[in-house]
Amino acid sequence: MSATSERPRERITAAIRAVSRSGDPALVAYLTAGFPRRERFAEDLHALARGADVIEIGVPFTDPMADGVTIQRASAAALAQGVTLEWILAELAALQAVRVPVLLMSYLNPLLAFGVTRLPQAAARAGVSGLIVPDLPFDESSPLGDALASEGLALVQMVTPVTGPERLARLCEVSEGFVYAVTMTGTTGRTVAVPPETIEYLDGVRSRSRLPVCAGFGIRGAEQVARLRGHVDGVIVGSALVEVLERGEDPARWLAGLRGGEPRPRAVTPRGSDRSPGDRSR
Amino acid sequence: MTLEMGQADRERLLAEVLAGRVPDARGRFGPFGGRYVPETLIPALERLERGVREQLHREDFQAALGSELTTWAGRPTALTRAGRLSSRWGAEVWLKREDLAHTGAHKINNAIGQALLARRLGARRIVAETGAGQHGVASAAACARLGLPCTVYMGEVDMERQAPNVGRMRLLGTTVVAVKSGDRTLRAAIDEAIRDWVSDPLHTYYLLGSSIGPHPYPYLVRELQAVIGREARAQMLAQAGGLPDAVIACVGGGSNAIGLFHAFVPDASVEIIGIEAGGRGRGLGENAATLAFGRPGVLHGCYSLLLQDEHGQVQETHSISAGLDYSSVGPEHALLLATGRARYDTATDAEALDAVKECCESEGILPALESAHAIAGAKRWAERHRGGRLLIGLSGRGDKDMSTLQQTLIARLAAVSS
Repeated sequence: MSATSERPRERITAAIRAVSRSGDPALVAYLTAGFPRRERFAEDLHALARGADVIEIGVPFTDPMADGVTIQRASAAALAQGVTLEWILAELAALQAVRVPVLLMSYLNPLLAFGVTRLPQAAARAGVSGLIVPDLPFDESSPLGDALASEGLALVQMVTPVTGPERLARLCEVSEGFVYAVTMTGTTGRTVAVPPETIEYLDGVRSRSRLPVCAGFGIRGAEQVARLRGHVDGVIVGSALVEVLERGEDPARWLAGLRGGEPRPRAVTPRGSDRSPGDRSR
Repeated sequence: MTLEMGQADRERLLAEVLAGRVPDARGRFGPFGGRYVPETLIPALERLERGVREQLHREDFQAALGSELTTWAGRPTALTRAGRLSSRWGAEVWLKREDLAHTGAHKINNAIGQALLARRLGARRIVAETGAGQHGVASAAACARLGLPCTVYMGEVDMERQAPNVGRMRLLGTTVVAVKSGDRTLRAAIDEAIRDWVSDPLHTYYLLGSSIGPHPYPYLVRELQAVIGREARAQMLAQAGGLPDAVIACVGGGSNAIGLFHAFVPDASVEIIGIEAGGRGRGLGENAATLAFGRPGVLHGCYSLLLQDEHGQVQETHSISAGLDYSSVGPEHALLLATGRARYDTATDAEALDAVKECCESEGILPALESAHAIAGAKRWAERHRGGRLLIGLSGRGDKDMSTLQQTLIARLAAVSS
């Protein structure tokens, strides 16, 4: 890994490895751009950078079908404040460089509307290192993936507990930056216990991947992070962190708590936020 | 609509359409269709695709489906010569009577077909979305018939407009979940149904109600609804003595329309016309006319036309009929439009209401508000084609619309007579 000619996607890998080499999982922190308040975006981003190793910036969308109520609420609020991909990239470009690699997490349609051909350059100019597109499976990803490759940007692939072995191997092979291991079936934001099956699944992903493996969906507390130690290279925190920002708390402090540096009791989650609609029928 | 497609591409795709070679193996209708879903759903879609490939056209499956359609769902539905509408419009008007199908609309063709398939695939429970409630009721009925537990997601706004259907679903043993997020209509209901499905993709079967969504749904739904056009075509030949000059159906997601159109696509002499909800007018948010005003994009797993803003945010729609109130449209309709094999027009809320009245008074049939859009479009066609022969897809009956009609047409009638 030469530091001088590092392409953006290699920055992501390196940032995760730098932490995970010690055995601790790197922290990948998510925020919905412009939530809770658009004026605080830069400030929130810098606050997150003080506690996280990689940042995922959520591009709000009207129909976030993989997300639970917290991110749905955050997306709707961001859209109501006029947040667009155009605005996000302009803000990022105007910021002093964030000290950790930044990825965009966006559903496909806002990217298509922005334009797949102009996106890579605009994203690279804004300092973005890669993209996560939850409704773009690998099989459909070539136009966007090819475009991003021209700027060395990562297109991160997701794997799930129901992904079959052949497909898992393929997705690990083609992913860039890291492999996003979804911990459970379901939407974001629910608390996940970490049963032995999950550990086994994550070990399996890790054994097939040359890239770091980060676990996401439903990670909310230090106990879960501790349980995942040694089985993943990073953990992704989304909904729980969005709620921290919503409550006006310091995200860096909360992230430090996740690392076990400053153990703190799990906060009471507001408004039933760790319940996804799917739960009702169970 | 902005669709950059060269003349050569257009002709090549038209040839594919006429030869019945869409979708391709990847679920593409030309540039449209595909499978844009979270990775969690990929195994479920692959299993469904395999199930469709292996079961759908198998003799024993078709026998089981055929038996349900004839002995339970009331097929074939009648083809009615609309004598008084014909004289009023100066054309030869025929109605394909899906309103006579069990549960009151074409939706049952798809619901019972997919429920049978779900059972064969080992599903433990069914989830479905519904707009007007017709697909919800059809799914509820099919699930009751086959002994499958069913949960239907329905937007809060639609639950109010279509209250009787909510009661029917509950009577049929289905759990109806009110969707309070997003636009609180069909689009939000689909979002929620998908979220439920993502939670348990291996044991839950998503019974999608229209020819939309990720591959293989647009194909599967078309195949199950194509019975409408197959029957209608044979009935036209037998009863009218020839093919119609035009077939007209309403288009929301587009399942009844694609079902009616499919058999007529190779008949070059037959003009194919879809009528979308023109709502209150042409502005964004005032209608649900995706094919008229939409631009290409991805929603609910499918690349098609979308009513969206410049940033790719999906726009809310308006239509007096809940069943047409959708921001996207089936990918096959997008292709039929792009290739010129079909054309699409709109009918406003007011025109649809007038058509309800005219159909009631002339033919003794209360059409669904959705179907009334097709009737309104047909009337316009007849004005320009005196003496032409016209087949209208009467996709459902209007009993479910009584509360909307009570506040509009019936209130006006009462005001006139008092």
